[in-house]
Amino acid sequence: MSRSRNLIPAALAAALLAATPVAAERLNIGRAATPEEIKGWDIDVRPDGQGLPVGKGTAALGETIFQERCASCHGEFGEGAGRWPELAGGSGTLKSENPVKTIGSYWPYVSTVFDFVHRAMPFGAAQTLTPDETYSVTAYLLYLNDILKDQDFEVNEKNLASIRLPNEKNFFMDDRQTAEKEFWTAKPCMTNCLPKEATITSHARILDVTPDKAPDSAKKAPPVQ
Amino acid sequence: MSEPKPRPDPSGPTSRRSFLRTGLALGGAVGAGVGTGAFAGRAAAAAPEAKNLPPNVPEWSQSLGDGVVSRPYGRPSKFEADVIRRDVEWLTASRQSSVSFTPLHQLEGIITPNGLGFERHHGGIAEIDPAEHRLMIHGLVEKPLMLTLEDIKRFPRVNRIAFLECAANSGMEWKGAQLNGCQFTHGMIHCVMYTGVPLKRLLEEAGLKTNAKWLLPEGADAAAMTRSVPIEKALDDAIVAYAMNGEALYPEHGYPLRLVLPGWQGNMWVKWLRRIKVGDEPWHTREETSKYTALMPDGQARRFTWAMDAKSVITNPSPQAPIHGKGFTVLSGLAWSGRGAIKGVDVSLDGGRNWRAARLDGPVLDKALTRFYYEFDWNGEPLLLQSRARDETGYVQPTKAALRQHRGLNSIYHNNGIQTWHVLPSGEIENVEVA
Repeated sequence: MSRSRNLIPAALAAALLAATPVAAERLNIGRAATPEEIKGWDIDVRPDGQGLPVGKGTAALGETIFQERCASCHGEFGEGAGRWPELAGGSGTLKSENPVKTIGSYWPYVSTVFDFVHRAMPFGAAQTLTPDETYSVTAYLLYLNDILKDQDFEVNEKNLASIRLPNEKNFFMDDRQTAEKEFWTAKPCMTNCLPKEATITSHARILDVTPDKAPDSAKKAPPVQ
Repeated sequence: MSEPKPRPDPSGPTSRRSFLRTGLALGGAVGAGVGTGAFAGRAAAAAPEAKNLPPNVPEWSQSLGDGVVSRPYGRPSKFEADVIRRDVEWLTASRQSSVSFTPLHQLEGIITPNGLGFERHHGGIAEIDPAEHRLMIHGLVEKPLMLTLEDIKRFPRVNRIAFLECAANSGMEWKGAQLNGCQFTHGMIHCVMYTGVPLKRLLEEAGLKTNAKWLLPEGADAAAMTRSVPIEKALDDAIVAYAMNGEALYPEHGYPLRLVLPGWQGNMWVKWLRRIKVGDEPWHTREETSKYTALMPDGQARRFTWAMDAKSVITNPSPQAPIHGKGFTVLSGLAWSGRGAIKGVDVSLDGGRNWRAARLDGPVLDKALTRFYYEFDWNGEPLLLQSRARDETGYVQPTKAALRQHRGLNSIYHNNGIQTWHVLPSGEIENVEVA
């Protein structure tokens, strides 16, 4: 731990280091991964397009695939079926009481759509879509979200990363240690910390989400013995 | 491929359900409900057959029991059958992408038994033959590596106790008290001892290039889970683990290999670890953009919220573990911080007006669950129980109101606000909020 290391005087730390086996020495365990092996598993794609496979697709082609492979969960228009995720819509809802977080309304990068569709979708048949099919499904999802207006526009490994999503600029790095600094500086109060007696403002029971499988005996505490 | 299930209990008020779904289902993590078993077990115990009680000699004292190896892998007593993980089936679209909860109210000490640690899967439990599993390390390294499990076990080992908390633990409670049971309000956490290889050691074997700044660990499951991990954490205390509590990882915890990132949100502890790519920028995967980002009231969203802030919960008494009568009462709970060791825990019986120091017992370890106790005489009057954790960085667990002031109601993750349990004169307990 870096924290505890900081507490050790430098001379002692040096001595400890000297007594420890040289950390960076190779143990020559395992073997080199071959380029072919790496190629088979190296599926990640990042926002600048690094990792995109060669391929192309259109929203029009993607619609057919989506209706066959995706719509049973995500709805014909990406509106979500049952409790499966919504993928389209929700624009302008992020500040509302019930934000709808979709690719169009929330996601920052198009690369994430391609990456996730290929690695994890269709649910239960992951990594079965070809690169061309993945480009087409991605294009269709962008079309459903009004990011692409032309259903015959070809997306490919060269232009996908240049397509921007509207919410990209609204993400910021974790700033809890500054924004919530008061949680570190607060001196914990021990007595008379509230101006008056605490009062109950909400009960879980009002929203009673408890599944009703419980026998009646479970709803009461056992009798005092 | 799972079909969406119809929503259960169509007769129930829809407002509850929509409240629930907007509260958390969007966040990709879930929770709800109250378990029942503890009460059934106690009811059975309350009506013992007198023939086994004094002055009679119990039947098990007069006849032989099963011999050795009648249970080649031991299991709890049949009278503990209600000590199990629980889920709430109607809350998620499928059990392959869902969550179950640790029965915190039925556990002691700080170590979670391997079969009881909560589960969170995104593509079901991968059942992996270790002979056919590989860990590939590639990208910005001098020598791309292909390692078998046997290879990994040849590296120098470390043992480390660490808690793992889902960032969505208590996420259901952002909009108000909802769930009657700490299993459901706080049960997306477990704490075990891991054995494995420091990730740093594996990266040194591959040889990091000077522009190596980020790692992308990837799972071999049907979700191919990926998260971007900064190199500083990888070189600090990350472990590639193959054992938990002395035995091989359980399949639901990532057998045969998982990543361990002490103190950081559980989603990043990639299970069924098959690949680590080294890069110079983060990937912005689905699990760090669409999910696990905190939406603020102004519409902006906080990303890369890795560390879990200090938090605590009273596990006994709690809604699933009521008080059985007036008199001497042991209050017990758990505290933890992803930023260091627990420094202290305070307990309030009056909803946060007055506090007393709880007693920490057992090991107090960096980024591990810490057990606390507070013993008192209960006179049968209503109580409002709270616990408040403090860690060695000076962080004090905030109230829910203070958290909401900063983050609003829709940030889903990282709800570490102070929990209140209302003790009724009957000994029954409910989840409430106070002001």
